[in-house]
Amino acid sequence: MKALRKFLDKKKPLFQKGGKFAKLQSSFEAFETFLYVPNITSHSGTHIKDAIDLKRTMSVVVLALIPALLFGIYNTGYQHFLSLGQTAEFMDICIYGLIEILPIIVVSYVVGLGIEFAFAQMRGHQVNEGFLVSGMLIPLIMPVGAPLWMVAVSTAFAVVIGKEVFGGTGMNIWNPALVARAFFFFAYPSKMSGDIVWIADKADSFSGATPLAHAASLVDATGETATSIYTQHLSDVWNQFVGLIPGSIGETSTIAILIGAVILIASGIGSWKIMASVFVGGYTMGAIFNLVGANAYMELIPAWQHLIMGGFAFGAVFMATDPVSAAQTARGKIIYGFLIGFLAVLIRVMNAGFPEAMMLAILLMNTFAPLIDHYVIQGNVKRRLKRVKVNA
Amino acid sequence: MSDKEPLFSAKNRKLLTNPLGTDNPITIQVLGICSALAVTAKLEPAVVLTISVMAVLALANVIVSLLRNTIPSRIRIIVQLVIVAALVILVDQILKAFAYEVSKQLSVFVGLIITNCIIMGRLEAFALGNKPWPAFLDGIGNAAGYGIILVIVAFFRELLGSGTLYGFQIIPQAFYDMGYENNGLMILPPMALVVVGIIIWVQRSRDKSLIEN
Repeated sequence: MKALRKFLDKKKPLFQKGGKFAKLQSSFEAFETFLYVPNITSHSGTHIKDAIDLKRTMSVVVLALIPALLFGIYNTGYQHFLSLGQTAEFMDICIYGLIEILPIIVVSYVVGLGIEFAFAQMRGHQVNEGFLVSGMLIPLIMPVGAPLWMVAVSTAFAVVIGKEVFGGTGMNIWNPALVARAFFFFAYPSKMSGDIVWIADKADSFSGATPLAHAASLVDATGETATSIYTQHLSDVWNQFVGLIPGSIGETSTIAILIGAVILIASGIGSWKIMASVFVGGYTMGAIFNLVGANAYMELIPAWQHLIMGGFAFGAVFMATDPVSAAQTARGKIIYGFLIGFLAVLIRVMNAGFPEAMMLAILLMNTFAPLIDHYVIQGNVKRRLKRVKVNA
Repeated sequence: MSDKEPLFSAKNRKLLTNPLGTDNPITIQVLGICSALAVTAKLEPAVVLTISVMAVLALANVIVSLLRNTIPSRIRIIVQLVIVAALVILVDQILKAFAYEVSKQLSVFVGLIITNCIIMGRLEAFALGNKPWPAFLDGIGNAAGYGIILVIVAFFRELLGSGTLYGFQIIPQAFYDMGYENNGLMILPPMALVVVGIIIWVQRSRDKSLIEN
């Protein structure tokens, strides 16, 4: 470690004003502060919340994503061998999954960071740290079969249009990783929905449909067919909770996501208010549908099952809590979270075109988050004004 | 005309060229956005609509300019509307007669030229206060500025969204065989807004004087 510090100190003058590579200063700085906590503090005003800086915050989030990632790697291999009807050793499964997933992660980071560095360099800014997390989130919400160039295009779109045009990290309206997924979803629908994309190299005879796709087919099913769809494909709730089902890479395992949620909440980085209210919102809408029971989807899927299907849990824990695009006020967070869960289940059940509605619900509420905050603050101001008048 | 001025004096040439760049109706004045979203999925309708708007705008400008001293200012809007509406119907009928396929694609958007803010904007801002010849040039210039953006947007949307340009296959089959796919989002209207946004972004970073504080 000491040697590394010495090396950095020796090279530093080269990148400072007047040095040989002065133009690349922000790139150098990015690596230096990534490796070591910088000893620079801000000079104006006080806005200290706690002792860790943005890069360290981001590292904790990446850490919280590790369980979901590891499980995703295992599940990718598991689904592959399952579809072929083969049994495989644990190591083989993991290695297969790694070979499938690693390229997606590499592409996401290389493209995203490449653009971030280029923009920082051009504008003379510091390199933004935000992409450390987005770069990991993007692969986790992609289908295993996503062609790499499509991942690259989606990532580039998300970083440039989702983030840089607004001014970079901390300025974006929407969660960049979800922008990447939305772009992918609408641009290349054949690679993002249907039955074939969720399992790598699956056998043709094997149905690769996700539980959500089965659930969506319940809308038109009645009587016996509906019950048989449910018992065949959807009643295995334990597997849906553990995550041994087809789906986007990191979203399948509710357990792994909950471990991440514990890390986020314990470190104070993710807002438990948002997470909890998303789940409550989803459950509420699910319960309303159970009461209405207008079709088999509403009748047969219990409200709590919505919370473990598809990307609901992943979105609630890692996407909705993004501190930049979420609501900021305490009460706003609860409204924001509740509406995400509520809308996600609503769109899922009512619109067969979007079986996975979590992405759309979060992007929609991202858009409204500033409005929610505005009214929460205005409400607060009004209440306090009233108090002043009563006392006087 | 006592103050005889050459037909293409520097001032008149500016009327033609300014709307193409620093005074572009779409990217600077942000007018006529709706039709820019609606007709730019393919190049052909974009070009046809551009020509239609050019015909309507240039003629309406000339007519309003000729009548400018006789139109009572309290009813000027309604007079302008009548002139524009008559011209739009004319264009619509001509398209139906000679380019039926395209006119079907454009459907209501030919009729909606009448609501295109650029047209009323130019009539109000320019034709009412200027002589016919400059008004004509102004009409051509603004329609061309509008059209150039339409064509740029349509170029990218058709190329990336359908792999064609003006209906001809541009992206070779070999690409598709290798796994290339058309970008479905490009066909959807929101992408037109994004492309217009990118054009504005590029234009302003090239010409810093356009950035307002």
